[in-house]
Amino acid sequence: MKRFAQALVFGAMAGLASAGSATENRDLPGNGPAAYKENGRYYTEDGVPAYFIAEDGTVDWATFSGFRRYHAECHVCHGPDGMGSTYAPPLKDAVERMDYYDFVYTVSNGIQNVSASHQTVMPTFGQNKNVMCYIDDIYVYLKARGDGVLERGRPAKKEAKPDAITAFENECMAGG
Amino acid sequence: MKKLFAFTSTVALCAGTAALANDELIGLMNDPTQWVIQTGNYANHRYSGLDKINRENVGDLQVAWTFSTGVLRGHEGSPLVIGDTMYVHTPFPNIVYALDLNNDGRIKWKYEPKQDASVIPVMCCDTVNRGVAYANNTIFLHQADTTVVALNAETGEVKWTAVNGDPSIGETNTATVLPVGDKVIVGISGGEFGVRGHVTAYNMETGERVWRGYSMGPDSDTLIDPENTTHLGKPVGPDSGTNTWEGDQWKIGGGTTWGWYSYDPELNLVYYGSGNPSTWNPSQRPGDNRWSMTIFARDADTGMAKWLYQMTPHDEWDFDGVNEMVLTEQEVDGQMRKLLTHFDRNGLGYTLDRETGELLVAEKYDPAVNWTTGVDMDPNSPTYGRPAVVPEYSTAQNGEDVNSTGICPAALGSKDQQPSAFSPRTNLFYVPTNHVCMDYEPFRVSYTAGQPYVGATLSMYPAPDSHGGMGNFIAWDGVKGEIKWSIPEQFSVWSGALATAGDVVFYGTLEGYLKAIDAETGEELYRFKTPSGIIGNVMSYEHDGQQYIGILSGVGGWAGIGLAAGLTNPNDGLGAVGGYAALSDYTALGGQLTVFKLPD
Repeated sequence: MKRFAQALVFGAMAGLASAGSATENRDLPGNGPAAYKENGRYYTEDGVPAYFIAEDGTVDWATFSGFRRYHAECHVCHGPDGMGSTYAPPLKDAVERMDYYDFVYTVSNGIQNVSASHQTVMPTFGQNKNVMCYIDDIYVYLKARGDGVLERGRPAKKEAKPDAITAFENECMAGG
Repeated sequence: MKKLFAFTSTVALCAGTAALANDELIGLMNDPTQWVIQTGNYANHRYSGLDKINRENVGDLQVAWTFSTGVLRGHEGSPLVIGDTMYVHTPFPNIVYALDLNNDGRIKWKYEPKQDASVIPVMCCDTVNRGVAYANNTIFLHQADTTVVALNAETGEVKWTAVNGDPSIGETNTATVLPVGDKVIVGISGGEFGVRGHVTAYNMETGERVWRGYSMGPDSDTLIDPENTTHLGKPVGPDSGTNTWEGDQWKIGGGTTWGWYSYDPELNLVYYGSGNPSTWNPSQRPGDNRWSMTIFARDADTGMAKWLYQMTPHDEWDFDGVNEMVLTEQEVDGQMRKLLTHFDRNGLGYTLDRETGELLVAEKYDPAVNWTTGVDMDPNSPTYGRPAVVPEYSTAQNGEDVNSTGICPAALGSKDQQPSAFSPRTNLFYVPTNHVCMDYEPFRVSYTAGQPYVGATLSMYPAPDSHGGMGNFIAWDGVKGEIKWSIPEQFSVWSGALATAGDVVFYGTLEGYLKAIDAETGEELYRFKTPSGIIGNVMSYEHDGQQYIGILSGVGGWAGIGLAAGLTNPNDGLGAVGGYAALSDYTALGGQLTVFKLPD
């Protein structure tokens, strides 16, 4: 819990600061991990951000947003579609190994692992709003890729952007 | 009087040393047994005058010896050979080895800088380094952390160091340096981090900074003379480096300078290109964003810009203008001209008069290029020299949050930095190219110093309706602006080419093949699969009467990042997913020099 607190550089992370707000769709259709929807985002029973993909392939907004943000911020090292590269490991597999909290911690704090023949160094993104304001989006996108329910490439169909997410985005990007 | 005399004689002495350094270096460049500069010569020909290996016997080539660099990252650039010593560099941590060619490559000395590893992740797209330079018994290394180091070529001892940039704001280095006269001219990387690009000259003997010219900013920063610096023959006027930007955006304007430089000793001009304006979201930076995406001709002694040509005003696709500037003397309309030919990321092959900056040729060197219908070549037109942008492929006109699809080439360009070669025997350019297209969706981003400042999502895939591969290796006529022949390649060709007096052209492939082809016909004459993918540049030298060909293997760079898992075309539907080759099915990380020769 202490580690996670360290990662919360922008304060109100979606979902975890959601006490008292409207909860929709307690019984979501489909077999995905999403248990409920709140403020335009989907969550597991444990309150961890989750993707939601409808039977016709429509992805939730956060998953689509995660696709976009991943390919702007992460792709230059980790390769397209979370597949990894000669430079950095595949993140679609990383989110299967580590849980949501470890994921946020790693993105916030980075990694340094340097030896003579190999250097694995990931920067700290904790102060980068282009990453941290979308960290839940990037996580659910990668989780959908890792779970094998989302193909490579741009999701063809997406939900409309929920107002609650727009409001969160504006607040997060404007905040210090 | 006495003082004045002392002053003038010092000046004369300095000038004399400079002239000597230049003469020695040019002499070594003209000696085909040596490989003394990354680009082969000041003109960036990447041509070897050796002909013992030729198109008749190259098929018999065999491996003479190998050397492991000890580093498993993308290996760009090539070794140098000066006298009996070969100088081999590595990606980060930027080790330099001096190998004794008289003693089976025994290590004479090794230099390993201590650099803060936090520089690694601010290097966009792998920790490559494009090699060391030589002049005046000194090896010059420009490290990832932007430290420029002068090493005694005999001992590896540090003569001086200079700090050229600040990695904490995203300034890093991947390029080699250009020794000219008594100066070493160096660039900077970091266009994806919102740095402001610059080119700097350091005194070769002391490491003192002599001049610095920025890509954008006030005239005093850009070293642009409003009256005497020209763009397409006309004076640029005051504040040309700020007046096509909104507010202070030029301060994080990009236009980095990480490509290959050339030099014309007669004109005393240095030529190079500037990179993309930051961010990749064009709507966030209205205007032409001068002088990003520009060919610069600067005076080597003062840094003053003589002429400029902006190829891609207001970039919308990340088409950096940094690729090599190849200098040739060729006949144009019956007249010998001093030419500069440049294969831009934007897919156009340009030929200009390098004395005046007059634009002579601008033609597509990959037929897939579709974002423009061509460049306005009419000097009387108000849009003279500008590319006509096709609205469908304009990510600026389509706007933020719109996915523009089917743009060719992709952001990595019809060609990236991988340098071409020129043979004066055929008057042809041999060009390694990418044959990749993209979808591009720009969106709003905020700037944080030292953090990526990208602002676009893109998907890349092999050029549709073509051979299905992601690259071509072409022969180009720079005066006519025509492809003479084209060899399809499965992957982008990310290796620098070498042309030789034996009428053989060499290049490497991402699968790891070193290939030799006939300079006239393009017919393949030899191939050998090295241990890892090749993004290095082929070089040649002679030792004890024997000609050698050298190449670094070690997959990585942008190519290793974009192609490792293979590409998919989102427009092809599910059936085609996985239908494109994944580089990881062919090669793995490596770091090795392979040297070839003919059988004894």
